[in-house]
Amino acid sequence: MPPAAPSAPVPPAAPAPALPPNPDPVLNQAITPALVKRHGLLPDEYAVITRTLGREPSLTELGIFSVMWSEHCSYKNTRVLLKGFPTEKKGPTEKFGRVLVKAGEENAGIIDVGDGWAIAFKIESHNHPSAIEPFEGAATGVGGIIRDIFTMGARPVLLTNSLRFGELRSPATKRLLRGVVSGIAHYGNCVGVPTVGGDVYFDRSYEGNPLVNALCLGTLRHDQIRRGKATGVGNPVFYVGASTGRDGLGGAAFASKELSAESAADRPAVQKGDPFMEKLLIEACLEMMAVPGLVVGIQDMGAAGLTCSTCETASRGGAGIEIELDRVPQREPGMNSYEIMLSESQERMLVIVQRGREREIEDIFLKWDLHAANIGEVTATGRMVVRQHGIVVADIPAPALTDEAPLYRREGREAPGAAALRAWSPSQLPDLDQRGTHSALLRLLAHPTIASKRWIYRQYDHMVQHGTVVLPGSDAAVVRLRLGERDRFIAISNDCNGRYCFLNPHRGALIAMVECLRNLACAGARPLAMTDNLNFGNPYKPENFHQLQECVRGLAEACRHFDLPVVGGNVSLYNESPEGAIDPTPTVAVVGLIEDERHVTRQFASAADQQLVLLGGAPAELGGSQFLGLIHGLKTGDAPAVDLAAEQRLQDLLLAQIAAGRVAAAHDLSEGGLLVAVSEMLFSPARTWGARLDLTGFGAGRCDALLFGESQGRVVLAVQPGDVAAVQAAAAAAGIPAHVIGAVGGEAADKATLTVRTARFEAAWAMADLRRGWETSIEEAMRRPGLAL
Amino acid sequence: MKVAVVQFPGSNCDQDAYHLYASGLRLPTRYLWHKETSVGEADLVVVPGGFSYGDYLRCGAIARFSPVMAAVRDFAAAGGLVFGVCNGFQILCEAGLLPGALIRNASLEYRCLTSELKVEASTETFNPRALGAAIRLPIGHGEGNFRIDEAGLARLEANHQVLVRYADNPNGSLGDIAGIRNEAGNVFGMMPHPDRAFERFHPSQDGLAVARAVLAARFPEVLRRTG
Repeated sequence: MPPAAPSAPVPPAAPAPALPPNPDPVLNQAITPALVKRHGLLPDEYAVITRTLGREPSLTELGIFSVMWSEHCSYKNTRVLLKGFPTEKKGPTEKFGRVLVKAGEENAGIIDVGDGWAIAFKIESHNHPSAIEPFEGAATGVGGIIRDIFTMGARPVLLTNSLRFGELRSPATKRLLRGVVSGIAHYGNCVGVPTVGGDVYFDRSYEGNPLVNALCLGTLRHDQIRRGKATGVGNPVFYVGASTGRDGLGGAAFASKELSAESAADRPAVQKGDPFMEKLLIEACLEMMAVPGLVVGIQDMGAAGLTCSTCETASRGGAGIEIELDRVPQREPGMNSYEIMLSESQERMLVIVQRGREREIEDIFLKWDLHAANIGEVTATGRMVVRQHGIVVADIPAPALTDEAPLYRREGREAPGAAALRAWSPSQLPDLDQRGTHSALLRLLAHPTIASKRWIYRQYDHMVQHGTVVLPGSDAAVVRLRLGERDRFIAISNDCNGRYCFLNPHRGALIAMVECLRNLACAGARPLAMTDNLNFGNPYKPENFHQLQECVRGLAEACRHFDLPVVGGNVSLYNESPEGAIDPTPTVAVVGLIEDERHVTRQFASAADQQLVLLGGAPAELGGSQFLGLIHGLKTGDAPAVDLAAEQRLQDLLLAQIAAGRVAAAHDLSEGGLLVAVSEMLFSPARTWGARLDLTGFGAGRCDALLFGESQGRVVLAVQPGDVAAVQAAAAAAGIPAHVIGAVGGEAADKATLTVRTARFEAAWAMADLRRGWETSIEEAMRRPGLAL
Repeated sequence: MKVAVVQFPGSNCDQDAYHLYASGLRLPTRYLWHKETSVGEADLVVVPGGFSYGDYLRCGAIARFSPVMAAVRDFAAAGGLVFGVCNGFQILCEAGLLPGALIRNASLEYRCLTSELKVEASTETFNPRALGAAIRLPIGHGEGNFRIDEAGLARLEANHQVLVRYADNPNGSLGDIAGIRNEAGNVFGMMPHPDRAFERFHPSQDGLAVARAVLAARFPEVLRRTG
């Protein structure tokens, strides 16, 4: 058994009389140990429930505890770890960067961006629903994260996503990819929020358990910030948006189980999304929240629907809430209290309104042809009381469901054999020759993890709201925010290489962070704050919990080092299929600010003779690389080394050189290493460039590590010849190695070639061949016979 | 010269269109709510992109019955200028203000990209002089595949009603048609988005020229003032 909960034991409540019989006889059954187990509750947890209530719970109450104490809502196995994240910025915040709403306080954290404006953003997972029903699972994931943002009072202005699938060869993966992408497109396109970026990896470990993490960012004025708090005894509680149906029953509990062959039978636990309803809800809610003093508190009904929104708002406000289910708009007749309280029907919100102003909210929702039903009121009892036909069906102290949920610190132990994997060295592998190099680059560029994601992002509306500055396909997305009369430019990047985290969880997490920060610096942005989505396996297995705590330690360390507050995020555990757990995947998303529009930088070379400058040198590391995986079938070695101080110097150098106008293009080295990065810089949307690289200066060490190793802290710049000396001088002053490795070629696009000289051989490729494989490999894999692309 | 931008429930390019006219062309611009029964004071009614009423049925099939569309129909019948973009184009076709129909893209997928367009040497009602022969405008749609019967197509071509054609057809449209006007020359519709091509950082600024081209014949002073 895991160690006891660190929270104080619950003192027994005075014995209380049982609730009256539920109006639906089906719900009046005795609570047996089997029933408790079916609700995912441990016997000890059940004992806490009876102690808290002073009696046996009703079946409705058992359902309520079950969803609120599920991992999805309570973070019971991770909350202790998450306390290690910094939630405030230490450095100067006069102009921007101050944390206005901290992680964990509300649905999403909020960061000041100056002039009285702020941004709210957060990432959230919808992995299990997407595994079972990819289209609806992914669509409702987008809908849910958008609600988390506008419930704070912010207008959603961009979406990104982070996706993981098994190998694209398998028909099952193709079905999932097609379903997930069209689900995201269906929801995001209709609701009118641009999907501007993302990251996608294909790896066996996600076979059968894809990851679908969606991020939303919104803008608001400081005085528009709204909170999910129920205060003011007697204030009415409104239910707005779609009707409640039987869909999504117990989805939060479902998301807290491992996937199995029987999971498809859980399909009713997957919700169905209605982006049109969401669009109306956004507009109506923002209109309502703009009325001074009208809204006291607001929260979306996401996981655990009506249950979660009522007890959380009551608990945050230190108040109670009483609701009558007869007044809840219902999609079908005959729903009982268990079903209504646990339904996860989408596009619904709970709003606490200033008493006496009911008419104002009703008028606004009438204008948008939406429900606004007064279902109850705020009380002073601190209890969540639910009635149906006037009969009390649940009566629970609100904090018992939220702050007093059980907390555990599970046992973590590294899997046997992990250290041996890390100790691996490439000395047994033959090094690359000219022919091997030639084919390796072609194959790496065509691997779906590295290849162009055009097949995906051209299905997303990435231009609606007319603010997208850097389109998908560059290191970071850049979006113009219209803040009153003033424009602000932000960049966003999300990433995580699960392969590194599998080999070395702590280092892998550090790399996820520094990679995002390098992406932002390459776009000309200084980072503001981060949000994370922790995707892991079953925490009851010590090797999984070990990965979780090591990754969290890495993220927290990186956040403190770069003074980046965490504004919130999400934890998704039990990501396992019958094959085993996924690679640990602590997805990180960082938002940065570009202070001057002229500093917006892309990754594409733009003129012949631009000099290619490699910052960060060429250490010989091969562990955990895509090259090892693809060419040698190995997931082994240690993740590349990370030097946080050097990363900071690199970012500062990059931003200073961009500000000085010396950087025509900048591209971060990541999966695939140096030759992949250079190729991607030459694949400009405008035309294909060639280049001649001379790497003889790096000596006669292993060519595979030089050309395809994934050492961190590296960026390739395209610089005009006249600026090279100044860039090199600045790099020397910053202690960052800077090598001129070649130049962009001047030949016509169709004749462009890439030639690479090493100390041992020279290799050459027609750029058209490289680009074809890179640009079309996902499209070819997804081609539907008989249909034009 | 006053512009009104229609807002249906589910319109999501209404603000984009608003800014094209208000910020891009600096014309007095306001929104026009779908429940209105008159277009009010307006010289140009813009029907913007989006998913009116969710478009869960055929695109625009519900929007055409909204109160404001009756007013737009009267306004057009009286010679008023109407410009539909993307979903707006679909709605104008459904409402019978423009010929033809837009069905699902041949790929059965949504497409968001910047398209190269050939500008047709139209007539004086859609002034192509300011545009040049080729422009670039973003598209973003799942149902932009233009269809019309043979006789209808022959009429469109004979009357020079085609405004722009795709250089690289992204959706299977008949005759690569991306945008058309009505015979009278006061109702215009296109799938590409001029409202996504007018700021410094957009893929092009050709949206401004397109917006001016719609106004040029009737309001030459707009060309002079903003050109």
